[in-house]
Amino acid sequence: MNINFTLISQAVAFSIFVWFTVKFVWPPLLRAIEERQKQIADGLAAGERGKKELELASQRSSEVLKEAKQRATEIIAQSEKRATEIVEEAKENAKIEGNRILTAAKAEIEHEIFGAKEALRQQIADLALAGATKILRREVNAKVHADLLASIQKELK
Amino acid sequence: MASDLELTPTSYINHHLTNLTASLGDGPFWTLHVDTLLMSIILGVLGMGILWLIVRRATPGVPTKRQAFVELLVEFVDSQVKNTFHGDRHAFVAPAALTIFVWVLLLNTMDLLPIDIMASIYEHVFGLHNWRSVPTTDVNTTFALALSIWFLMIFFNVKVKGLGGWSYELFCTPFGKNPILWPLNLLFNLIEYVSKPLSHSLRLFGNIYAGEIIFLLLGMWAATGVTGSFFSVILGAGWLIFHILIVTLQAFIFMMLAVVYLSMAHESH
Repeated sequence: MNINFTLISQAVAFSIFVWFTVKFVWPPLLRAIEERQKQIADGLAAGERGKKELELASQRSSEVLKEAKQRATEIIAQSEKRATEIVEEAKENAKIEGNRILTAAKAEIEHEIFGAKEALRQQIADLALAGATKILRREVNAKVHADLLASIQKELK
Repeated sequence: MASDLELTPTSYINHHLTNLTASLGDGPFWTLHVDTLLMSIILGVLGMGILWLIVRRATPGVPTKRQAFVELLVEFVDSQVKNTFHGDRHAFVAPAALTIFVWVLLLNTMDLLPIDIMASIYEHVFGLHNWRSVPTTDVNTTFALALSIWFLMIFFNVKVKGLGGWSYELFCTPFGKNPILWPLNLLFNLIEYVSKPLSHSLRLFGNIYAGEIIFLLLGMWAATGVTGSFFSVILGAGWLIFHILIVTLQAFIFMMLAVVYLSMAHESH
């Protein structure tokens, strides 16, 4: 073991290797590691944010859902009310219509009865007149009693 | 193994502990351990290059398995640094710690390669008679690292506290700022400053060197016969498994000490 120039040359080699590492090996790796650390931190923060947003969104959605349900029940209640109203209205209408038809039918019947009575009266008058005519054939002069016959006929009508 | 030499225990061990040298000038100082330097550069380029190739395409999104592995490594080093160093660690200390850990670990790991097989590969494939594959068994390597850190320590001391602040610390700590205590404080601090790089480098060197020596001794035992081979295989396997721990642990300790020294330089008492 003798100290010689090898020492100096080894020291120079060492310096060069250290310089190389300081300059070219350490910085890029450190940059990559630090960048990754930052990315991970960002990712975690984003995850946290996402979680919070999700919580908010679910809260909002449950609110919306509740509102929708309330509105739906309102609408159902309203429609039920409307339906009963319609049914009532229809009943009312039907009743009115029925009454109207009834009245019309009654009037028709009146009219028919009146017509029938008139016809009957005419026939009775004719019959009476014919009977009277047959009875009085010989004695009564149609020409003399024409005004009498007419007044009977008038009365019977 | 040197087949052309007569094989004695001394020649065997000497062969494995001889560096391939190149002379750059007069005097013993101007020799260069080519094997140490080349192995450490190859392993450093390999380690740092692979890290760079993976990190170049680093994505903040889902990481690939390779990127995840590098991130694991980096986060491991970074968390160690974070516990010790309280400042902008990304500017220098943490990447430097990563370099030290990866590099020293790779250099130490060469110790796990079977020493004689590697020697014959170097000999017969590359034609290298002397070639040591573990740069951390060369005290030059460990001293180079420890001294680099030592100079960085002084640099940061001056940079963070200023020359005055550092001098104040040298003279007035740890015993107090009474002028009578100044020499004692200075002496204490000087001992500390001398012992730091020594203990730092020799701990790593000693552990890995000792590991290699034990492998060599077991190899020698194996050469004595069937019984020796049998026990050397079993003990060698055991030592190898234990050495995985030592190799990793020493790299980690070396890194931690470097981080601690650099942190101490940044903090005033």
